[in-house]
Amino acid sequence: MYFLVAGGGEVGFHLSKALLEAGHEVMVLESDRRRAQFIQEQLGSVVLNAPADEGRYQLEAGCRRADAVIAVTGDDAKNLVICQLALELCKVGRVIARVNDPKNEIVFKTLGINETISSTRVLMSIIEQELPTGGFLPLMPLTGSHLELIEAEIAAGTPAAGREVRAIGLSTHGALIGGIVRRGEILHAHGDTKLQVGDRIIVFAPTAVEQEVRKALFG
Amino acid sequence: MNVIVVGCGRVGGFLAGLLDKGGHAVTVVDKDRGAFVHLIGATNVTTLLGDGTDMESLRRAGIERADAFLALTEGDNRNLMSAQIAKEIFGVKRVIAKVNDPIRAELYRGRGIQTFSRTTILGTLLEALLRGDTEVGEVLLQRSLAHERELSAQAEGVKASR
Repeated sequence: MYFLVAGGGEVGFHLSKALLEAGHEVMVLESDRRRAQFIQEQLGSVVLNAPADEGRYQLEAGCRRADAVIAVTGDDAKNLVICQLALELCKVGRVIARVNDPKNEIVFKTLGINETISSTRVLMSIIEQELPTGGFLPLMPLTGSHLELIEAEIAAGTPAAGREVRAIGLSTHGALIGGIVRRGEILHAHGDTKLQVGDRIIVFAPTAVEQEVRKALFG
Repeated sequence: MNVIVVGCGRVGGFLAGLLDKGGHAVTVVDKDRGAFVHLIGATNVTTLLGDGTDMESLRRAGIERADAFLALTEGDNRNLMSAQIAKEIFGVKRVIAKVNDPIRAELYRGRGIQTFSRTTILGTLLEALLRGDTEVGEVLLQRSLAHERELSAQAEGVKASR
């Protein structure tokens, strides 16, 4: 397969190396001349010394025939625009963005970039499995609605634990509990349903009030 | 009108002053405190130290009540990202982004974001001036000259009162 890797930093370089070793075709777009030269010395003629956030260079790098464009610069705004250009200008079938600030994952998804990778989030999720606090995970945006789906696990000592659904006050933010998973069974969330520690709830919420929802559940 | 301006460079600072004088409620967001020196002729503008691509900062700037949003930082990508957050997540009606790369400016115009490129606007104006074509920029030039005279007079007034 043919991959366009946007950004030749540490992530871009090692990713390109691995893809090449796996027998794929790769083109790296790197705007820094010396870095581009370094990659060329290491990996061969697989570098275009140009900025990936300009459409013409993506075209020059053959984005129209690429199977995927992978944006791995250290700048989230740049990765977003690289992916949007690849989708709109090059009609690339698959774009993947590195997200440095995990808060931006939901922003990217709302703006049409569905595949994101956040090393911060990956590390946090590994650490969080060791912690007793409940998880709060924005799952996905609902297309064309300013809404998103959030999964949360009710933890001991939080405002939501042991309280009735109506008392948590999610509806004042325009958010709604769509269902409760308790010991593997799905329950309806009625106003008088009491949330228990260990319940996993699915929340529909406007993306703009994500923080308020987190606060209402976890304090 | 409630207006949020992200990026307090020379353009952002000047525009905030104009809007302020026009009686609008303006909040200017910049991540560099030093940038607020570019606010000129502004008396009532709210300044906020924050990141224009961060939803929390934008919320603190009052984006939920904003009628218009302008992204005017030096970075095209940052402007496009914060403009899209304003439009798609917070549903701001009027969203304008400075995008100096004409190709990116053109592409995002179709997404409900009014983009303008200093490159093409200034280039077109200067070319017309050199050709002696006064029609293209006459109104714009006269207005900006009037603003310049006003600002100079204010600066003189400040000097005199010291």
